[in-house]
Amino acid sequence: MTLDYLTIVVLLGTSLLGGVAGVTGTFAVLRRRALVGDVLAHAALPGLCLAFLLLGALHFAGLVVGALLSGLIGLGLITLMCNGTRTKEDAALGIVLSTFFGVGIVLLSIVQQRATGGQAGLNSYIFGQASVMVRQDVYLIGAVSATALIVIVLLYKELKLLSFDPGFARAQGWPTFTLDLGLMGVLALVTVIGLPAVGVVLMAAMLILPGATARFWTDRLGHMLILAGLVGAGSAAAATLISAGLLEAWLGLDPFAFGDTSVNLPTGPLIVVCGTAALLFSVAFSPRRGVIAALANTVRLRWRTGLEHLLSTMYELSEGQPTARPAVPLKAVLERRAWRPWQARAILWWASRRGLVELRDGSAGLTQRGAVHAVQVVRAHRLWELFLIHGADIAPDHVHRDADAIEHLLPPETIEHLEAVLAETGKMPGPMHGDND
Amino acid sequence: MNAPPLEIHDMTVAYHRKPVLWDIDLTVPEDSLVGIVGPNGAGKSTLIKAALGLIPLASGRVTFYGEPYGWQRHRVGYVPQRESVDWDFPVTVSDVVMMGTYGRLGWLRRPGRHQRSIARQCLEQVAMADFADRQIRQLSGGQQQRVFLARALAQDAEIYFMDEPFAGVDAATESAILRLLQSLRECGKTVLVVHHDLQTVRRYFDNVILLNMRLIAAGPVEATFTNENLHKTYGGRLTILDEAAEAVRRGGPER
Repeated sequence: MTLDYLTIVVLLGTSLLGGVAGVTGTFAVLRRRALVGDVLAHAALPGLCLAFLLLGALHFAGLVVGALLSGLIGLGLITLMCNGTRTKEDAALGIVLSTFFGVGIVLLSIVQQRATGGQAGLNSYIFGQASVMVRQDVYLIGAVSATALIVIVLLYKELKLLSFDPGFARAQGWPTFTLDLGLMGVLALVTVIGLPAVGVVLMAAMLILPGATARFWTDRLGHMLILAGLVGAGSAAAATLISAGLLEAWLGLDPFAFGDTSVNLPTGPLIVVCGTAALLFSVAFSPRRGVIAALANTVRLRWRTGLEHLLSTMYELSEGQPTARPAVPLKAVLERRAWRPWQARAILWWASRRGLVELRDGSAGLTQRGAVHAVQVVRAHRLWELFLIHGADIAPDHVHRDADAIEHLLPPETIEHLEAVLAETGKMPGPMHGDND
Repeated sequence: MNAPPLEIHDMTVAYHRKPVLWDIDLTVPEDSLVGIVGPNGAGKSTLIKAALGLIPLASGRVTFYGEPYGWQRHRVGYVPQRESVDWDFPVTVSDVVMMGTYGRLGWLRRPGRHQRSIARQCLEQVAMADFADRQIRQLSGGQQQRVFLARALAQDAEIYFMDEPFAGVDAATESAILRLLQSLRECGKTVLVVHHDLQTVRRYFDNVILLNMRLIAAGPVEATFTNENLHKTYGGRLTILDEAAEAVRRGGPER
């Protein structure tokens, strides 16, 4: 597929828009104002229509100003409702959003009944129509993006402080109200220029999704902003290309075609779908915050816990017996542990595979390595028992359970430290005899 | 200029037309450790926030070293309540501490090497230097509190306001905070601390402000932290009253 001029224009416009929406939206997400973008977008609609009715034609700058004004009036009303009446913020958001949108739709039908040439364009503000973007639109988006990015880069330190701890910022003398207003202003500007492409209904997703996605991959604000920009631009670009027929070119057929009719996919909703795909991917695969990583951690901890329980139980059963590392009947082990048969089988299999336990029929014995490991586990366990009995005000009959849970979470240094503390006070348990002594 | 670090005249603060603090008149002397004590809802945090201009005054005047707060911000440090921020925010420990230097940095200037070294020193003072590059989510409650203290130290102020720094911290942090308070006083700083553990008031502070919507009493601990004043502060709340009486009895003879 070769990209024609029109597609390149649209591609540039949507990517820029996606990038800048991602970056500014990140601050909205962090400042706990994620829904502000949604309100701004919906509340912009009556302003758009009024501007159209007053100016009488599709005068782009006029429409932008009208949209900005009514969006900001909507935000102002929310603030007034929260401070002046007993309405809570979420209720105020809902009321303003739907009221303004309702008024907007009414005005829109008035506009449509006064049939003039530009009405179709105005109609597209609801769901957006990126494919009609022209070079002038890209210039405008570029200018707004540059302004927004310059403001964010210059005020990075101030915005970071404002988002993290507004109370401290105010005590330090920063004009937090003005800064907030500035941030909202930038957000409003980005929202309004995004409306023709993505539409009133979906604009909020472009602001929120990239930031939410980026949060899964980094713990630094700077990295998060850059990543959100890239994710936003990337999903917008991908959506534009898919809409322009990229999949068709790749696959050799149109996957969305029904019978013979080729379906034209709208760019705006596709941007949201691509952004959601990026978010879902992050939710699943992020190494530190992802669902799969968390699941793997849980499973790993369960295996480790099971293995250590097996070793310590076997050690305790062979303690005091004349032979080192005697074969322990499996029944005795299972009696001491609340394992289901399949769990016990899995753990025993795992232990023997790792060469810690030797299975003979009906019984099991620790190997040399297994015995060393078991001594470590039991020692740590007993240290904790002692520590909890003497060092903390916990009822002694609860200790065993706590020690069990905690011993698998202890780093080796802590164990050494505890040992030293207990040795000092003469409470160190006597040497344990495995077969390694 | 010998104006006291903090003077409050005729301060009244109201939330939604309901007054929370009435007619507070208060002077805090130089290099003192002041505990602000009173029952829940007595307006302890409100007093601090109103003094720092975070809540509008219904009436009254607050001066720092004889001038309004706007002129003296650089001499004032603030430790908000630990729960007031999102500890999952994507910043590191040293990022948070460096925020203390932003006030002196002013608009547009970025924190640089100098600010980083300040942050490191302040973290050392609260024994948290090893945590400088950690993400703040990984900290325990006590460690979070120490990071907030380090941030206030980075403000390099002369009078500090601390909102419940001892709330919900471990013993190690409690003693670290106490050492820090004492070293601040030795350097001639003034520290006001919202505190709610009556047992430790005598040990920790040399001045005390007893507050219950209005000012009950303020002054040196020996003269002010009396059974009678505690009665007035805590009114009919029996359990706390017992605790108060206990605190007075225990603390009394030793001094």
